[in-house]
Amino acid sequence: MNALNDEELDLLLDDMLQLYGYDFTGYSRASLRRRIQRIMINDKLPSFAEFRYRIRSDSHYFGHTIEEISVNVTEMLRDPAFYKVIIEKVIPVLATYPFIRIWHAGCASGEEVYSIAILLREANLLHKSLIYGTDINPAALEKARQGIFAINHIQHYSRNYIAAGGRNDFSAYYTANYNLAKFDEELGKRMVFSTHNLVTDSSFNSFQLIFCRNVMIYFDKPLQDRVFQLFDNSLEHFGFLALGNKESIRFSPIAAGYRQIGKEKIWRKTS
Amino acid sequence: MEEDKLSTPARLIVIGGSAGSLQVILKLFTDIKNTYPLSIVIVLHRSQTMELLLEELIGYKTGLHVKELEEKEIPQPGWVYLCPPDYHLLFEKDKSFTLDYSEKINFSRPSIDVTFQSAADVFGASLVCILLSGANSDGAEGLAYVKQKGGITVVQHPDDAEVSYMPQQALLRQKADYVLDTPALKSFIERFSV
Repeated sequence: MNALNDEELDLLLDDMLQLYGYDFTGYSRASLRRRIQRIMINDKLPSFAEFRYRIRSDSHYFGHTIEEISVNVTEMLRDPAFYKVIIEKVIPVLATYPFIRIWHAGCASGEEVYSIAILLREANLLHKSLIYGTDINPAALEKARQGIFAINHIQHYSRNYIAAGGRNDFSAYYTANYNLAKFDEELGKRMVFSTHNLVTDSSFNSFQLIFCRNVMIYFDKPLQDRVFQLFDNSLEHFGFLALGNKESIRFSPIAAGYRQIGKEKIWRKTS
Repeated sequence: MEEDKLSTPARLIVIGGSAGSLQVILKLFTDIKNTYPLSIVIVLHRSQTMELLLEELIGYKTGLHVKELEEKEIPQPGWVYLCPPDYHLLFEKDKSFTLDYSEKINFSRPSIDVTFQSAADVFGASLVCILLSGANSDGAEGLAYVKQKGGITVVQHPDDAEVSYMPQQALLRQKADYVLDTPALKSFIERFSV
């Protein structure tokens, strides 16, 4: 199959914006092109014209496309070294607040939201915390609300948990049933999941900690800058911004007001 | 078409490898002191713990600049870039790197197929892709696509590869422009130096 060309991609992005108000024009083209080609192959659509027709004429199909375009790959306590710093350097600061508000932007199916909830509980802070998980993909959020994850990943998550410095037995946080693990509902009670589009939606609260991991890599520079500004507006003074392993605020307009915590991709707002 | 395929000036060499490819790469870059008017990108299946080690290993052996590539960076001539573990590597139209954390392809992230294909879309005939030793079929499909887009395809000779499966799969999928053992690969790469 030939690659979707730039003109076709532009037409499609224009349709999505005009007809449905979803703006993907600031997304990295290379990834987007791959995602769309994958959808066309999976849905056995023989041509771009056919795909475009489906998008334009069928809003359900558009919804399905949104779900498939968004990358939902995530895991619990991804990069244990990163979470070790969250435990040792960030959570002790959060503990000094009477009420803790955390935003997980682009949380997909919520594995990392449950991760931070577990760590807060171990620090005895979960009862005074609220964690907002947002994503553009409503189907992924529905999964996050249920807190049920495939059991075959749990062993890997347990290893992450131990490597990050978790204090309990990881199995204390879920009940296994057949091939699924359902996480403790007490964790879920401190979470709020809602759709939010980083491209078009604005700040909705102020937070002491914002996670946005492996989301910025899909955005072009102008969109990255816009989203960094949005995070800056949503972060309290001395709040923390936590990014993915290969992401940085270094070249962004907000960089001057932040100081990196060690080597991990965690920055503290200093002004 | 009997003209020398190397007549189109290459802008980018992508080297993909899996099990058994590290030794080859270290040999390829040992004592390379020349400068190159193109960029070299290495996409390896490897564990995260090897991350820093590899950069140092290659850097120690060669006179070339070696670094782990960064998202949105535009590859510069004379540099060797390593793809970070656990991300797919793609190229934008302006030739900049894009990292992608989507599903594994061929049980691999980075997937060599993904990088070969994306590089072929952007670099077309000015691309050289080299596939080394490995125990999985990643790279075969990408290599065929590179050829379709006019790029040059090179496969490590299966007899020379520590694990021959990956080169074999690529050759079964499509004939490569060059099938070379390690010493020949080394002189092949040196042809691009100035």
